[in-house]
Amino acid sequence: MNLKPLFEPRTLAVFGVSATNERHPANVIFEKNNHRYPVEVFGVNPKGGTLHGEPLYGRVVDIPKKIDLAVIAARAEFVPGIITECIKAGVKSAAVISGGFTEGGRADLQERVTAIAREAKFPFLGPNCLGLYVPFRVDTFFLPIERMIKPSPGNVAFVSQSGGILVDQMIKFTQQGVGMSKAVSIGNKALIREIDLLKYMLADPATKVIAFYVEGFNEGEGREFVLAADCSPKPVIVMKAGKSAAGHRAVTSHTASLAGDYASFAAAVAQHNIVEAANEQELVSFCEVLSSYTQPINGKISIITGSGGHGAMAVDSCAATKLTVPQLSQKMQENLRKKLTVNIRSIASLSNPIDLTGSAVDEDFVACARALSATQEVDCIMVLLLPYLPGVTLDIGVRLSQVQKQFKKPIIAYVPHVEKYNMMIDGFELNGTPVSPSIEGAVQMAKALARKKPC
Amino acid sequence: MLKKEAKQILRKSEKWGWVLEPDAQKIFSLSGFAVPRYGMAEKSEDALSIVRKIGYPVVAKIVSPAIMHKSDVHGVVVGITDDQALLATLARFQKMEAFAGMLIAEMVKGLELIIGAKNDVQFGPMIMVGMGGVGVEIYRDVALRMAPLKSRDVENMVNELTAYRLLVGYRGAEQVSMRELRKTLLNFSSLIMDIRHYMESVDLNPVMCNAKACVIADARIILKK
Repeated sequence: MNLKPLFEPRTLAVFGVSATNERHPANVIFEKNNHRYPVEVFGVNPKGGTLHGEPLYGRVVDIPKKIDLAVIAARAEFVPGIITECIKAGVKSAAVISGGFTEGGRADLQERVTAIAREAKFPFLGPNCLGLYVPFRVDTFFLPIERMIKPSPGNVAFVSQSGGILVDQMIKFTQQGVGMSKAVSIGNKALIREIDLLKYMLADPATKVIAFYVEGFNEGEGREFVLAADCSPKPVIVMKAGKSAAGHRAVTSHTASLAGDYASFAAAVAQHNIVEAANEQELVSFCEVLSSYTQPINGKISIITGSGGHGAMAVDSCAATKLTVPQLSQKMQENLRKKLTVNIRSIASLSNPIDLTGSAVDEDFVACARALSATQEVDCIMVLLLPYLPGVTLDIGVRLSQVQKQFKKPIIAYVPHVEKYNMMIDGFELNGTPVSPSIEGAVQMAKALARKKPC
Repeated sequence: MLKKEAKQILRKSEKWGWVLEPDAQKIFSLSGFAVPRYGMAEKSEDALSIVRKIGYPVVAKIVSPAIMHKSDVHGVVVGITDDQALLATLARFQKMEAFAGMLIAEMVKGLELIIGAKNDVQFGPMIMVGMGGVGVEIYRDVALRMAPLKSRDVENMVNELTAYRLLVGYRGAEQVSMRELRKTLLNFSSLIMDIRHYMESVDLNPVMCNAKACVIADARIILKK
């Protein structure tokens, strides 16, 4: 199956565009792509007619150009016919938005569509999905353009079984400055499944991190998926829902009871180089940090902060994971002390966490980050910033990012996310250093870096 | 590869949906696992001649296609040290549903572990190891991986158990042979891959691990429906 026409369409046919009902989902899709994206858009409606002076085509075969992607939002019973029509007309792929298949008790309809497509090697997303969004290329979501929150273009691909979770996650990505390369809703995943998209994203040059929202894999497909992810040089992240389902089924053996569906899922995923995000916050944090740093770390964390409390909170969060906050050697501490400004030299606490106190200035943070970047004693630096300290300036993000770029040792920052501090946050993020809105989130980021190395 | 005899046992057991314990023990011993010395007795003379070979103390277990959960019906008696107790147990077992014999096995000392497998719908055969015995579902100290296991997986599984410190000899207690435990787990993983088309789940509970060996003291193989 060639998925390229699906993700990089030059021509788009939207089925069911109405000449009279502007609110029809097909119209929303038509409008938002037409003249907004480089893709050439054609409306299809058996009744023909025009929309804003542009012709609606009675059949896809009447369109004067070969179609790369068809978006189908027609009633379920018409879909097998439309798919057949598309295949005959040489259309190369489709996104079936329509619901009313397996999820609505019509497994037979879904099987028919799938059988037709499979025989013709015709790739389609869905049914019962939103389709896909690719920045600067195409957007098949039937959500009005003015309501959709689109993250900036970036390198995270997100594949979701649920359209709602996908759109919601895009809002959260935007809030936390995580850029996206592709957003894909797979719905009932009748033909194109997680494994197909994993393989596509592995080869996709625009994608560096591949994230999934999974409710469940089909029979035997979990095994195939984790084996494919095991050797992936690109980080693969999975968030699972339905963890508590099937817990009531009568089980006859201890193993079956202890190795329940979710326990098996978590074990198989962790064993194969996949990072499991426990919730949405973790998912966003993991995506952000892994899109900056793809190399796994061992998890020896150093913490630089201006407040003892911040350091203590972070140490506690690290202790709940496999991360360690090792005490720095005497030699290292002496080395650090020499580099600090005179004001704090005698009052800073340097054993790790490093508390530079409220009198610290940018130079103190930078000096510590440089020294810690050069030592083997730690392999990740967490900077918990208090932007309201008088000696800390808006430039700190850029300056610490320069250290990170020079030494290639991951730096993770915490800055409270309020509008006032946005320029400081941008200084980090626009220069490739991830910033978390909470201390715990910064620790989650480090946890994601301490993943298993690819096979 | 699965031995022909083992395959025959699995086929024969399909009608019950699970493999009777002496048959399961046979499969494991054919596949190179350490199992206790044991014998099957239906009558008193058999029972007595078995213990003359094994020697007391022994454990006696009911064998019946109708009884999968032996403990629930008091079908397991451990620490039998004389003929009188042995024969009394046999007499009681003989009255149980679908009595097919009494399994008499030597008592093996060691730390009680559980080694298990299940066929997961999404991920196929999964392997589990943990603290065994009757408290297994209470303590839930287990590690789980997708089969087939690599040496590295086995290493990680054992290390992540809370009971790891018990395995390496906590407070002067006898240490478990890590070499034998790893070997048993890898061997178990390959047996499970061989029987994956037959099995739904497998419980080896307990597996008695000591400084010299890991001995499968009880084996239950539940077959696919």
